[in-house]
Amino acid sequence: MMKRLSPVIEWFTLLFCTGTVLSFLIAILWDLTAKGWPSLSWQFITELPSEGMTKGGILPAITGTVMLTLLTAVLAVPLGISCAIYLNEYAKDNWLTRLIRASIRNLSGVPSIIYGLFGLALFVQGMHMGTSMLAAGFTLGLLSLPYIISTTEEALRRIPASTREAALAVGATQFESIRDVVLPSALPGILTGVVLTLSRAAGETAPILFTGVAFYINGSSGYLNQEFMALPYHLYMLSTQHQAIEQVRPLAYGTALVLVMVVFFLNLTAFYIRYKYRNNE
Amino acid sequence: MNEAIIKLSAQGLNLWFGNKHVLKNVSVTFPEKQVTALIGPSGCGKSTLLRCFNRMHDLSPDARIEGKIMLENEDLYDKKISVTEVRKRVGMVFQKANPFPKSIYENINYGLKINDIPSKERPAIIERALKESYLWEEVKDELKKPATRMSGGQQQRLCIARTVALRPEVILMDEPCSALDPISTRKVEELIVQLKKQYTIVIVTHNMQQAQRIADQTIFMYLGEVVEEGRTDDIFNHPQKDLTKNYVSGHFG
Repeated sequence: MMKRLSPVIEWFTLLFCTGTVLSFLIAILWDLTAKGWPSLSWQFITELPSEGMTKGGILPAITGTVMLTLLTAVLAVPLGISCAIYLNEYAKDNWLTRLIRASIRNLSGVPSIIYGLFGLALFVQGMHMGTSMLAAGFTLGLLSLPYIISTTEEALRRIPASTREAALAVGATQFESIRDVVLPSALPGILTGVVLTLSRAAGETAPILFTGVAFYINGSSGYLNQEFMALPYHLYMLSTQHQAIEQVRPLAYGTALVLVMVVFFLNLTAFYIRYKYRNNE
Repeated sequence: MNEAIIKLSAQGLNLWFGNKHVLKNVSVTFPEKQVTALIGPSGCGKSTLLRCFNRMHDLSPDARIEGKIMLENEDLYDKKISVTEVRKRVGMVFQKANPFPKSIYENINYGLKINDIPSKERPAIIERALKESYLWEEVKDELKKPATRMSGGQQQRLCIARTVALRPEVILMDEPCSALDPISTRKVEELIVQLKKQYTIVIVTHNMQQAQRIADQTIFMYLGEVVEEGRTDDIFNHPQKDLTKNYVSGHFG
C-alpha cells in the first residue's frame, strides 16, 4: 500500500513547493501591474518629473539606468571574459590560481553596499571622478566582474577537450583554437551569463547610492561626468523619502513596473540569443 | 619491413605524466604508405604514443618526454620546427568525431585558412578532400549545412576529409571507428585502405578483426612497452611471444 502511495505523495509535495514559490511571484507581479499600470502612459516614460516629483514622467531615470547598464557592460564584459579565458585556458592549475578562483567566488558574495563604499573611496575620492555616472559605472562594473568571470569560465569548461584538439590538430595555435572554435561554441552560455549579470546590475541601488545617483537632476541624464537619475533609486526615494508619499505612490508603482519591464526585456534577450544559437548548431 | 622507406619512427621514447612512467623506452618504425595498427589492452599507452607523433602532449604541463621522434630525417621535437607545422604534416583523426560547430564546407576550409592557403585555391582543395573521403556525393548539395547534423559515420569521414585536405605526410587515427555502427565502420575502413596509397597511416584500435582487415604492420603494446612488432599476419597467426599470443587469441585484454 505504502509502495503505491509514495509516488503520489512525492509528486504532490514537489508540486506544492513549486506552487508556493510561483504563487509569491504571481502575487508580486499582479500587485505591481494592478497598481502601476494606471500610471503608465506615453508621458510617463517620455517626460521629465515636475512639481516636486508629484507629476510628470521618469524619462531621466530610464535613460540613466540604460546608460549606466551600457557603461557597466563596456567596462566589465571585455575584462571579465578575458580574465575567464586566461583562468580556464592558459593558467596552470596551482595554489595561486585556486586562490584567485576562490577569491572571485567570494567577491560575488560581498554585499553590494560594500561595493558602494569602496567605489566612493576609490573612484569618487581617490581617482577624483566625483559623484558621477563614470564612478557609478566603474563601481557596478566591479560588482559585475565576479559573476561574469564565473559564468564565462563555466561556459568554457563545458566545451569538451576534443573540440580544442580538433582545431590544434589542423595546425591552429592555442590562441586560434580559442578564438575560432572554443569561444564561438561557448558564446550562448557566455552571453546568457552576461545578460543576467547586467540585468541584476541594472536593479542595484546600494552601489550607486554614494557614487553618482541623484534624486532629481534638471535636464537629461547620461553624461559621464555628471550625476544621474536611476530607476531603482527613484523607486526607493518615491516610496520612502518623499514628503508626500501617499500622493506619489502610484508613480512609485509605475516606476517599479518600468524597472521590472526593463529587466524582463534584458532576460528576454538572453533567452532569444540562446534559442537562436541552439537552432544554428 | 626492409623493403619500405621508414617514414616515421620513435627512438628510445620515454614519457612520464607526473611521476607515472607511461611509455618505457619505446622504439618503433612506420613504413611509408602502409597502415600500421597499434593494439594492446586499455591503458597500455598506445593512444599516448600516438599523441606523441603530433605533439598533442605539448599542452599538458605534467607530461615529460625523452627520446626522439623522427619524420624521415627531421626531429619533430627540435626547437627549429614549430608545433603548428608538425601538426600540418602529421594529421590526426580522433576517437569521437569532433567536427567544428560550423558548416560542412567551413569544417575543411578552416584548416586551409589558418595554414594560409590562398582563398582562390580552397574550393578545389575542399572538393578534392571530400571526394577522397567518399563524402562528396552525399553532401555536395548541402555544404552549408551544420556538420553536427550529419550522421556519426559522415562526421568521422568529414574529420578525415578535414585532415587530408592539408595534404599531411602521416595520418594518425585514434580508434576512429569505436563509436560507429558496423556499416559506417566498413566505409571508414575502405577509406583507410584507399588513403594508404598516398599517406602513411598509424591507427590505434581495440578491434582485432579491424587490425587484420586493414593493417599491413601491427605493433602490440603492453604496460607502456612494445612487446612485439611485425607483419599483421605474423603477429596474429605466428606470434613469437606468449603475451602476444594470449592477447590476440582473446585470453586477456
